[in-house]
Amino acid sequence: MPVELDSNPEFAEYAHPEVLVSTDWLADNLGKPGLVVVESDEDVLLYATGHIQGAVKIDWHTDLNDPVLRDYLQGKEFAALLSSRGIKRDDTVVIYGDNKNWWATYALWVFKLFGHQDVRILDGGREVWIAEGRQITTEVTVVEPSDYPVIVRDDSKLRAFRDDVLAHLGGPLVDVRSPQEYTGERTHMPNYPEEGALRGGHIPGAASIPWSKAAQENGRFRSRAELNELYLETEQLDPTAATIAYCRIGERSSHTWFVLTYLLGFSNVRNYDGSWTEWGSLVRVPIAVGPERGSYAAS
Amino acid sequence: MSLTSNAQQSIEELASVSETDRLEVLIEYADALPDLPARYSEHPDLLERVEECQSPVFLFVEVNDGRVELFLTAPKEAPTTRAFASILHKALDSQSVETVLGFDDDFPERLGLTRLVSPLRMRGIRGMLARIKRQVAEKSQ
Repeated sequence: MPVELDSNPEFAEYAHPEVLVSTDWLADNLGKPGLVVVESDEDVLLYATGHIQGAVKIDWHTDLNDPVLRDYLQGKEFAALLSSRGIKRDDTVVIYGDNKNWWATYALWVFKLFGHQDVRILDGGREVWIAEGRQITTEVTVVEPSDYPVIVRDDSKLRAFRDDVLAHLGGPLVDVRSPQEYTGERTHMPNYPEEGALRGGHIPGAASIPWSKAAQENGRFRSRAELNELYLETEQLDPTAATIAYCRIGERSSHTWFVLTYLLGFSNVRNYDGSWTEWGSLVRVPIAVGPERGSYAAS
Repeated sequence: MSLTSNAQQSIEELASVSETDRLEVLIEYADALPDLPARYSEHPDLLERVEECQSPVFLFVEVNDGRVELFLTAPKEAPTTRAFASILHKALDSQSVETVLGFDDDFPERLGLTRLVSPLRMRGIRGMLARIKRQVAEKSQ
């Protein structure tokens, strides 16, 4: 059974306020039947140093990725993972994490590939919870395993593959990496190791909107008015147009995917998780370098 | 390219436990990273930022009479980064210039952590090691 929504008036301005909860709401609802709290961090050790009472950990790197294919879990593994965390199909799942909820939104995106209905983000994540002096614990969470059904993952609506991106060239793309990654600039200094794609730059036509612009300093999402100004007015994105977001491996862009889809109500946003590590190394695909969006017409 | 006995010890310590316990060992390392002495904690501008790390980690190397002294700092909110800094500190602090310059660049890969932490993290620890060696080379000329 889903847990009641957070009626915080600050969320009401967003297109889908039901996907957010505040720290107050979470503190009041902790332990309620039907609610599972999930911590998903970039830093794999953080959960063990202290987490919200009763929260379970899902690690984006070891839990959500297939170790062999460059892909996400299949339905059977996802069912096993969620069962082991005591999550039922109709549970309300609240995800929070470090670094402005970057990985929390990534986990949410994977949950949505499997159509889990009620997944929400704790606005501000771990940082705000701790900054407000709320309790964390190192107590091991005792989980009663559930029986999560095997669901076939649906990549068709939320995920873009490289051929989708090729076919989409000329349409709206959002590159959410840092400006230096976008322009293709590099730090060519001796003994400074680099890894990643073969070439630097961005997908032709992509707007450069670093993901963290959607978050405040403390990690909470910016207001609807600020988001409107950034994405709609300054960058001229159209909420009704099919839009693809990407970054390096699809993690930062899931944050932007979340913002465009749920906070601004874009009707069709896909996350290209192959992102620059794939595109920047592919044979026979065009790139653009420098600060301009650039364009490409197949000859 | 060779390892120090402390580096060898870290490899064996991590290899001797299960992957889950390996995270516990890393937390112990994170807790063990020494605080900066006042001459650096009060002058953060002297420290070099390790750009390869997503978390703010800073380091500084001193070479005194052919011995390397290592100063590393990373915030408590970044325990993995702290753990890596701490492992490198244990491996290289107080060693001779020759030992540090000849230290095995593949040491990070030999810790048995590549499955547990992301490639970007491994890049971070390699970045720390490369910057330590570069500073030692510069300061021992």
